[in-house]
Amino acid sequence: MSRVVAAMSGGVDSSVAAALLAQQRGEDEVIGVWMRTHADLPEGYELSRSCCSPDAADDARRVAQLIDIPFFTLNVEREFGERVIDTFVDAYLDGATPNPCQACNQYIKFDELLHRGLAAYGADAVATGHYARLEHRDGRWRLLRAADADKDQTYFLWVLDQDQLSRTRFPLGDLTKPEVRKIASELRLPTADKPESQEICFVPLGDYRALLEERRGYAGDPGPIIDVDGTRVGTHTGYAHYTVGQRHGLGVALGEAVYVREVLPSTNTLVIGRRDEIAQRTFTVHDARFTAGEPPRERFDASVRIRHRAPDVAAEITMVGRDRFLVETAEPVWAPAPGQAAVLYDGAECLGGGRIARSDA
Amino acid sequence: MAIYLDHAATSPLRPPVLEAMLPYLTEHAGNPSSLHGSGRRARQGVDEAREAIAQVIGAQPREIVFTGGGTEADNLAVKGVGWAATGRGRHVITTAVEHKAILNSVAILQRSGFEVTVLPVDRYGRVDPVDVAAALTERTTLVSVMAANNEVGTRQPIAAIGEIVRGHAARFHVDAVQGAAHEPIDVNAWQADLVSLSAHKLGGPQGVGALFVRRGTQLLPQLQGGSQERQRRAGTENVAGIVGFGAAFRLVHADPNARSAEANRLKSLCVRLRDGLLAFEGVTLTGHPEDRLPNNLSVVIEGVEGGDLVAALDLEGVETSTGSACTSGSTEPSHVLLAMGIDSHLAHGSLRLTLGPETSEADMDAMLAALQLVLPRLRAVRGLQPKAAVPA
Repeated sequence: MSRVVAAMSGGVDSSVAAALLAQQRGEDEVIGVWMRTHADLPEGYELSRSCCSPDAADDARRVAQLIDIPFFTLNVEREFGERVIDTFVDAYLDGATPNPCQACNQYIKFDELLHRGLAAYGADAVATGHYARLEHRDGRWRLLRAADADKDQTYFLWVLDQDQLSRTRFPLGDLTKPEVRKIASELRLPTADKPESQEICFVPLGDYRALLEERRGYAGDPGPIIDVDGTRVGTHTGYAHYTVGQRHGLGVALGEAVYVREVLPSTNTLVIGRRDEIAQRTFTVHDARFTAGEPPRERFDASVRIRHRAPDVAAEITMVGRDRFLVETAEPVWAPAPGQAAVLYDGAECLGGGRIARSDA
Repeated sequence: MAIYLDHAATSPLRPPVLEAMLPYLTEHAGNPSSLHGSGRRARQGVDEAREAIAQVIGAQPREIVFTGGGTEADNLAVKGVGWAATGRGRHVITTAVEHKAILNSVAILQRSGFEVTVLPVDRYGRVDPVDVAAALTERTTLVSVMAANNEVGTRQPIAAIGEIVRGHAARFHVDAVQGAAHEPIDVNAWQADLVSLSAHKLGGPQGVGALFVRRGTQLLPQLQGGSQERQRRAGTENVAGIVGFGAAFRLVHADPNARSAEANRLKSLCVRLRDGLLAFEGVTLTGHPEDRLPNNLSVVIEGVEGGDLVAALDLEGVETSTGSACTSGSTEPSHVLLAMGIDSHLAHGSLRLTLGPETSEADMDAMLAALQLVLPRLRAVRGLQPKAAVPA
């Protein structure tokens, strides 16, 4: 007999993932776990669209009751604060674009749940509602894109290693979102018609500037906005308030659309460019990881994705040391943003990835 | 069948109590305020329960006010006396280890301009009567101290505090929700003016409690409505619940010899459990070593998160608690343990085991075996370093 922990966020995907596991459990025992990522808000505050609100906990608990599995809350408030919220804030201060959902997957859903959760519950594996597939072939676990290309979430899962993949299950990997909703309504799960969570769960109104001030005391100093030739064209409110590719809020009128091309923390400067000036064909990636444990070769072809739902682009990858690589794309890609993941694929298989480095770093 | 070691949260309904309640959910289903036969029959059930409880605690029936539970009784005592006595003063004294029903009621008064003194406790969770005496002033209108702590089981020197308060104009409230199952309650020996009680801590139904209010004690009702409970608690009585409350009280207290024999049996089970727990490395007893509830064994365990431990034990078929069920939704360590000077880090690893009439020696051994199974793996993970950091 084995035990599987189903991570339940209170959304429809993880609800159906848990329900499918519970249906197929046979000898296995399935345990539902909701992770408390931040403290309850006082009465009168609403955070209903986020995946981790108290309402979400209620939904997850009701689903667990309906599918008849034990349900526990795992408190990860401290870990979430340090490894997701602080990391999010520090990315802005570093002139980068944070990737909180990937950080949450990596540190909370996989590191914390796999280590502490499995110990607490004596379980062997963790199941989540991600749209991704796993296959064990030629002696190793392979992370594959979901059957539903629209919903594929491998972009957030590239950090997983062989040990983690071997103890992970993705019950939704072969399903489309409409199929998942259909199962949820057939099972009469209260989460069947729940809308997708949109905003970042700890930034209620999308205003991360308040968070920078609250957690790091960063209020922002005005600084220069320059164009690619170095001519000053405006003033910004503080470099960390901007991310690469951003168009709105620059207050610069040059007769055509301009975008943030670079954020330079050391000089508190923003470099802007016209649309064609912020596309690039080469960029460097650091903090590289490969699901197989190492890259296929020192130089290899792959398709690369630089943001969630962006199209893949053919590229040649050249390793620079153990954990950096250079990406040369076949055609220009729009605004590779420092801090965002560059994820590599060979057909359906996710090979791994890394984070895009700042060009001046 | 799981081994249930959480009687301080709820002690499951005893079969004779259910039997006593059933007629009041079926044939005697009238409203006690109705004048007709069905109403009179329901009223009789409430009256008999009131008499039974009054008799056990040394009170007059008219001094018993039924409430929707221990929390409501506490609220009624603190806010009811606080607001009724503002002509004399606005000072309330309590202790740092009270139930949240008291501490949050007192906090509401404080926000309305009352002066509040929260007395400290020693490392066992006991308040010093000398501190009560020192805190009392002419403006003090209420002193509220619990009979025994719900988390660590420590008893308070209630009679000694009652003696001190007696010399002042202040009223003395005792939260006796915990401990009513195993020892005599004597409102006169305690010199108490108000005493909170709850049914489900001694095998009665949930959602029923009572407040003893000594004659002559001014009380501002906290619910406005009809004239039930001598205008001290409006709303139709929970008749079946009240009948069950009376039946549970009778069952526990009818025979003092049986009650003390059961207390001794539980005490020796707790000793067996304590010795087994203390044999593990990094386990410390919390609460007073001797002067504690006979069915409470509480510890802090190094290197574990209480919530994780409770989940792990549950999956092994042993139902326990980390501190109080009422605060287990929160992630803050127990205010009781912190008040006792226990390090915040250590306080996260608290475990409370509370025994009941069905608990056996074999249950104690099964509990220890389950802990032996889960503790090493819980501790091993705490020692693990996170994976090499990849900031996202």
